[in-house]
Amino acid sequence: MQRVGVFVCWCGSNIAATVDVKAVAEALKAEPGVVFSTDYQYMCSQAGQDMIKEAIREHQLTGVVICSCSPRMHEATFRKTAESAGINPYMVEIANIREQCSWVHKDIPTGTEKAIILGRAAIAKVSLNAPLTPGESPVTKRALVIGGGIAGIQTALDIADAGFPVDIVEKKPTIGGKMAQIDKTFPTLDCAACILTPKMVDVAQNDKIRIFSYSEVEAVSGFVGNFDVKIKKKARFVDETKCTGCGLCTEKCPQKKVPNDFNLGMDMKRAIYIPFAQAVPKVATIEADYCNMLKNGKCGVCAKVCTAGAIDYKQQDEIIEEKYGAIVVATGFNPISMEKFDEFAYNQSKDVITSLEFERLTNAAGPTAGKLLRPSDGKHPETIVFVQCVGSRCDACNEKGKEYCSKICCMYTAKHAMLTRDKYPDTDVYVFYIDVRTPGKNFDEFYRRAVEEYGVHYIKGMVGKILPEGDKLKVRASDLIENKQINIDADLVVLAAAIEPDKSARPLATMLTASMDTNDFFTEAHPKLRPVESPTAGVFLSGACQGPKDIPETVSQAGAAASKVIGLLAKDKLLGNPCVAGSDEMMCNGCSSCERVCPYGAISYLDKEFRMPDRTTKVRRVAQVNEAVCQGCGACTVACPSGAMDLKGFKNNQILAEVDAICR
Amino acid sequence: MNKKAIRDEIIHISGVNPKKCMKCGKCSGTCPSYNEMEYHPHQFVYMVESGDIEPLMHSDSLYKCLSCFACVERCPRGVEPAKIIEAVRLMTVRQQGANHLKSDAIPELLDENLPQQAIVSAMRKYSK
Repeated sequence: MQRVGVFVCWCGSNIAATVDVKAVAEALKAEPGVVFSTDYQYMCSQAGQDMIKEAIREHQLTGVVICSCSPRMHEATFRKTAESAGINPYMVEIANIREQCSWVHKDIPTGTEKAIILGRAAIAKVSLNAPLTPGESPVTKRALVIGGGIAGIQTALDIADAGFPVDIVEKKPTIGGKMAQIDKTFPTLDCAACILTPKMVDVAQNDKIRIFSYSEVEAVSGFVGNFDVKIKKKARFVDETKCTGCGLCTEKCPQKKVPNDFNLGMDMKRAIYIPFAQAVPKVATIEADYCNMLKNGKCGVCAKVCTAGAIDYKQQDEIIEEKYGAIVVATGFNPISMEKFDEFAYNQSKDVITSLEFERLTNAAGPTAGKLLRPSDGKHPETIVFVQCVGSRCDACNEKGKEYCSKICCMYTAKHAMLTRDKYPDTDVYVFYIDVRTPGKNFDEFYRRAVEEYGVHYIKGMVGKILPEGDKLKVRASDLIENKQINIDADLVVLAAAIEPDKSARPLATMLTASMDTNDFFTEAHPKLRPVESPTAGVFLSGACQGPKDIPETVSQAGAAASKVIGLLAKDKLLGNPCVAGSDEMMCNGCSSCERVCPYGAISYLDKEFRMPDRTTKVRRVAQVNEAVCQGCGACTVACPSGAMDLKGFKNNQILAEVDAICR
Repeated sequence: MNKKAIRDEIIHISGVNPKKCMKCGKCSGTCPSYNEMEYHPHQFVYMVESGDIEPLMHSDSLYKCLSCFACVERCPRGVEPAKIIEAVRLMTVRQQGANHLKSDAIPELLDENLPQQAIVSAMRKYSK
């Protein structure tokens, strides 16, 4: 029989206001096995923990029940307390009488009654607990960063700086991400390329960092400290080790009608291309769908002009397998599609563009060499209308847009408006806004400068309809402050499209068993206290894959994720979770039910020889659990038809004892 | 009926929750009869929510709404201003008591400014 001690926490008034804690402690005293029961204001405080240790020694307790907050909050704390008093940490059970009791009930009698029942269940369970010891696993001292935008670049640089090797997997032919497409950055207006490309070069030159460009993560298995990752290196038909990036092939290629995705399709590139001058790695890539040689075997110009002999039309996709201790997700964002917003005529007129397209139109390396010209006729636009919140802040039922604020649009629209007025003072610039949201260092000052110094017309209201008529865009909108409907004949309309996570994020989350919210942003382990960790151990989050973010925020989060990775990789061994599944070989009939439901691939089968009662031997197939891979989810214990599979710490008889105690 | 009761009744009839409005003004930015109206779609939503409904019930704007539903289609918050206007219209009609019209009596009462759809919806409610 266990000697159980019960400790009921008040949590200030959080529990004590709706639960009569003294009555709970008193009632639980009568439970079988309980030799000590008390209550205290803050059990998690130093004094509270000392009281627990004292009681363990004085009453020779073998099991401890804490009636307090959720085990997610303080289970680890109380396990440590028990361990330091000399009992196995897994002999501690938490009865959650706060989140699941005092916070949801309004009157003291109901709250107290339920608290007693929850306490009773925990006592019943702890009576059947057995000491558990976690296993150890080694840590592979190498990190994987998925995504090579500014988030991935900064994370990789910081991890490498601490001396650990890092691999970056980037699906595009070059790292740089969205920041490489941007012209200027708010609020300081320094040129994005000028501050980004030196970092890209740092990555290329760092001997701790490998870049897998034009590559994607294909499969992930394993667990924290020991991930096995398959990376698919897509065939670019150019030998990276030979290509010097001279660009001769990109000038001679006769196939000139390939939409240039780097300029968002606003101009054309050749079938063999280098995305932009400062690309890293500076290696050419062939767009297989457009290359004459790959399509019908007629051309081969690039191979002829290449002095390095780097062109390889027979190159195949390659699978690289590597082990990693930690994985950082930095998959970034994209603007949402404007196709469904018929009222803004994005599909009807070339002169209705998104803000990212506007960035390319004003970028010196863009399709117009930095001159702000209308995409339709190349004329200088005299009246420009910016529309904010297109697809952001929509109702949950709205199929076109997103429920959240995209956060970066207010600032970049102010930047676009300001830069336009600065460079082309003859233009009239209107910005339609619902709210101007500019929290951030020097952000509001920046927006006010656009209004006060640069004379941008900010109008509170929304554009309702855009009608292309002749070479004008008839913009109909409301001005809520003047209570007027206004009509503007615009030459160019710029839509501040909402942003969404990259499409690759969802399948990646499945591979990593990392959780996501309804918008496909990765979920952090705790919104305030663990913002760069995924709830899945060993998976970290960097940049806009976790939520809309501007560059300063992304860089700080990238550094934070790196420091978490460094903390993990600096350890030689990791303690595992001892609450893992195990199969009773005598009862297992080898049916494979458990293997099929295991989400972690932790179960395998073994043909084992058993001695029968008549002294003969028989070979039987039995399940085996890889304890290092098992996460203790318990799916196998439910699926097992013969009751052979059981979860340590949550054994079937423990769960049933809890149910019995509740129903008593 | 007091202000709150009228407001609740309009919310009940229309099935619209005006609290969802984020005051962007897209409904009024899109309204084709904006210039005909004394009170505009966004004002209907705001004034119903704040209980300031009397002026709306006495305003000609009720009959200037075309019921074209452009505001409903484009509202990013799913507020459906046209349904609110319709509910205020119905409220006004109901408060006038049992003044059912015979269909023969209608043509001579028609204002040529009255949109046809408004006549149809009015008919529907009168003859209930």
